[in-house]
Amino acid sequence: METYKLTVNGQAKEVTVDPGTPLLWALREDLKMTGTKYGCGISACGACTVHLGGIATRSCVVPVSLVGDRPIVTIEGIGQDPVGRVVQNAWVSQDVVQCGYCQSGQIMSAVALLKRTPKPTDTNIEESMGGNICRCGTYVRIREAIKSAAQQLT
Amino acid sequence: MVHRSTAMLRRFFILILVGCAAWSAAGPRALGQDTATKEVPVQGGREAGLAAWERVYSVLTHPRCINCHTATNYPQQGDDRHRHLFNVVRGPEDKGVPALNCATCHQGANADSTGVPGAHNWHLATLSMKWQSRDDRILSSAQVCQSLTNRTKNHNLDGAGILKHHEEEPLVLWAFQPGRHRDGSARSLPPLTHDEFVAATRVWVEAGTPCPQNP
Repeated sequence: METYKLTVNGQAKEVTVDPGTPLLWALREDLKMTGTKYGCGISACGACTVHLGGIATRSCVVPVSLVGDRPIVTIEGIGQDPVGRVVQNAWVSQDVVQCGYCQSGQIMSAVALLKRTPKPTDTNIEESMGGNICRCGTYVRIREAIKSAAQQLT
Repeated sequence: MVHRSTAMLRRFFILILVGCAAWSAAGPRALGQDTATKEVPVQGGREAGLAAWERVYSVLTHPRCINCHTATNYPQQGDDRHRHLFNVVRGPEDKGVPALNCATCHQGANADSTGVPGAHNWHLATLSMKWQSRDDRILSSAQVCQSLTNRTKNHNLDGAGILKHHEEEPLVLWAFQPGRHRDGSARSLPPLTHDEFVAATRVWVEAGTPCPQNP
């Protein structure tokens, strides 16, 4: 076991875990931040997406030992971000969510997309969001919410 | 008088011969020390250079290397070189797209506990450095050699630059220490060790980076 200092949503945190422990489990089990979801555990579904050093990252495959001093932003903190707040509001206004399990990952990916591509095309959305799976099939509403957020941000 | 002139002429030729020998020996050693140095083919070294190139080619076309030297809009994975899972695409900078960058999963080092390989600045090779056809067939030794030595395609690397790339580039180094799969099994390795790969590259470069004839 090793102790790691993490910066999560602007706050200094400390976890004592095995170096190979995925960041997801440090967040959920040690820091009790359960907004980030476990889906597949092999980075295939996107439910565990957080921002690590500003990059949308699959927390289920990143060992805590490789996080370093990069800041972590989770779904619990994304509302403090101007783009994140607009995206969350768009999600509500477009009534995107059905079961909701994948949606924290969807929102984190959508924010990462809009920060780099403020006016995304359908292709941009398909390519960037293609790795986030929704078993409820809310893809059409996700796309509309991203477009709505993009309009508000530009 | 005639006898004295002949002796002077003999000394002059000896000086020229010694000078040529010294220049010839110093030329190849300079490679790798100065990227601006022009490659000086070793006399009679073309065959050795071509043989060394085939060893280099055997590494370049191993899945650990060629999986990221694709001609397509996506990287490959595994020894069977299947299309990368999860709808990963190349993106405009060969690093994926926002929210699905290479760094979305690949960190600065191998993550053996989760089975995800990693190294500094994980990315695809630029399309000009593709070593496959659009239908994923590996290009011939001559074709890869011609691409690799074409400075309009290879980030303007001369022979010394290619050697340095093979010696030091983190993603090249990764190929020889590719980490483990999620189940704990080791990823397969290229057919040469890194030291052997660099040595073969050096022989090829010092022979003037000869390429096989087409095809």
